[in-house]
Amino acid sequence: MTTKELELFALDIRTEIVKAIAKKGGGHIGGSLTIADLLAVLYGNVMRYDPKVPDWEGRDFLISSKGHAGPALYAALALKGFFPMEWLQKLNIEGTTLPGHCDRLKVPGIDATTGSLGQGASIAAGIALGLKKQHKDGQYVYCITGDGESAEGQVWEAAAFAGHFHLSNLIFFLDWNKKQIDGTNDEVMSLMDPMKKYSAFGWYTMCVNGADVSEIENAISYAKHNCGGRPIFIALDVVKGSGVPCIEEVENNHCIGVPPALAEKALSQLEEHRRKLVEE
Amino acid sequence: MSEIIYTGAAPKAEISSVFSSTLEELFHQDSSVVYIDADLMGSMKTKELWKKYPDNVINTGIQEANMIGVAAGLYLTGMKPYVHSFSPFASRRVFDQVFLSIGYAGKSIRIIGSDAGIMATYNGGTHMCFEDIAMMCTIPGVCVIDVSDAAMFRSLLIQTKDRPGVTYFRTARRGLPDVYSDDTEFRIGEGKLISDGSDVTIIASGIMVGTAIEAAGILKEKGVSAEVIDPITIKPLDRELIISSAKKTGAVVTAENHSIHGGLGAEVASLLSGEYPVPVMMVGIEDRFGQVGNEKYLREQYGLTADNIAEKALAAINKKR
Ligand SMILES: Cc1ncc(C[n+]2csc(CCOP(=O)(O)OP(=O)(O)O)c2C)c(N)n1
Repeated sequence: MTTKELELFALDIRTEIVKAIAKKGGGHIGGSLTIADLLAVLYGNVMRYDPKVPDWEGRDFLISSKGHAGPALYAALALKGFFPMEWLQKLNIEGTTLPGHCDRLKVPGIDATTGSLGQGASIAAGIALGLKKQHKDGQYVYCITGDGESAEGQVWEAAAFAGHFHLSNLIFFLDWNKKQIDGTNDEVMSLMDPMKKYSAFGWYTMCVNGADVSEIENAISYAKHNCGGRPIFIALDVVKGSGVPCIEEVENNHCIGVPPALAEKALSQLEEHRRKLVEE
Repeated sequence: MSEIIYTGAAPKAEISSVFSSTLEELFHQDSSVVYIDADLMGSMKTKELWKKYPDNVINTGIQEANMIGVAAGLYLTGMKPYVHSFSPFASRRVFDQVFLSIGYAGKSIRIIGSDAGIMATYNGGTHMCFEDIAMMCTIPGVCVIDVSDAAMFRSLLIQTKDRPGVTYFRTARRGLPDVYSDDTEFRIGEGKLISDGSDVTIIASGIMVGTAIEAAGILKEKGVSAEVIDPITIKPLDRELIISSAKKTGAVVTAENHSIHGGLGAEVASLLSGEYPVPVMMVGIEDRFGQVGNEKYLREQYGLTADNIAEKALAAINKKR
């Protein structure tokens, strides 16, 4: 995909996130919107997968350790044909195939069940080691972590493990939106300098603008060539609710009600963005 | 002195507000009380306290295991920790820390696990904890409380301030109808006889207390007289009340928002099988995981309904010898 196509794909992902969460009346919209650009890059140009065979052995893996970003992954998966778009209309409602938190047993294309923060990081490290041990070179494991989530000790156990085993087939992204539930990271539990921390654990680290698809894509390929046998950490500098101004401006936008008026505003802001992109 | 005021209507105050106001009361009563949370103050209406009482309130961020360890350390400096997270993260996730750093090491803590069982509703299966009672009951000396309403919650939060060992509360955050009048006195190990009956005993805890009262109504229409008991504490269990009721009715049904493996039903059955064996039927989660849904839907999914209790009560009566 070209840069513009990736940007349009990210817009589609955001649109579907807003629609699905609005249909339910609310949900984890802030931390879902933030990773739309990353998902566009991963599913648009980077990852190897087959929507018809979601558990294809040769695929790259994607784990969202911040399991509450399920709606974002589901939007990308539906748009790529893993399951019918109509499923999104049943996000997190009674009897759904799409529970709000990532669920590998219910959702084709979801590689790990997450929602208890910290656990996905270790699962990702385990997959990366498993692939390595079986000499499945060229297959990558991508894992999305949260900045609030990074307070969990388990994240750092996984980081130490990956550093120790030189898991260069493992790429962690940090959704660095600086917010969690009770406030900003600095108010609740400082993350300090995540690049220095991962670096101390033996990782190759980078930090990019998480709202810029080409920066993300370039970082991934640059890191793969320059990591020197180390696991890769890429911090995505973003704003929570990224890409939808009326959600960004809600101070506590972690898990919120999305009434029709707010949804309409969000969708019209996305539409406006799309118009500008197409005109460019 | 104690009145049953259950109507099933929305409560005077939500559990989360009661939690925050009771903590505030405790801070004034005893400056060594400390409340610790792991990034879920926003969910428990306690964020105001964080700003207002910086000496008494600590946020560890999302690190539940560390939170329990820190509480263990604070205790050693003379402080009295109350810690909160969602029930899976306040029990499953930190069980070893609770067991060793607090229980085995002879310290004291009050743990509040919110969104117990199906009350995790739309957070779904990853957040739905049907096994906290089972785990916690294995800790020697533990007190396990399945919160039935706001009056009980408030009273026991205050009462357990100086209690040694592990005290574990599991509770809903919202929508828990009042059962007891405000002036009701509660004591650890002392159950409440909610209504008298002669044919069958329904022992229910937490969100199932109101459901049990409704079930007794259904049974009454069928000419069956059901006694309803809230054990208040699942451990220690009110042995005398339960044994004497079993002797009177000769049949028991338990009802809980928890797995039937290792929960209230299992504790009651284990008591009665030794002391006064009668048929015990259990209403609870039967070997299943959680899922998303509203409370009503989930109650139907898992059989946590008045109809199911009534049905099991009739079955228990049929099994009488
Ligand atoms: C072990 C665990 N503790 C607590 C929670 C409740 N919880 C869900 S999301 C969240 C905040 C997450 O913050 P962050 O990782 O920064 O996510 P983002 O802001 O990117 O959405 C919390 C505390 C949980 N899901 N798992």
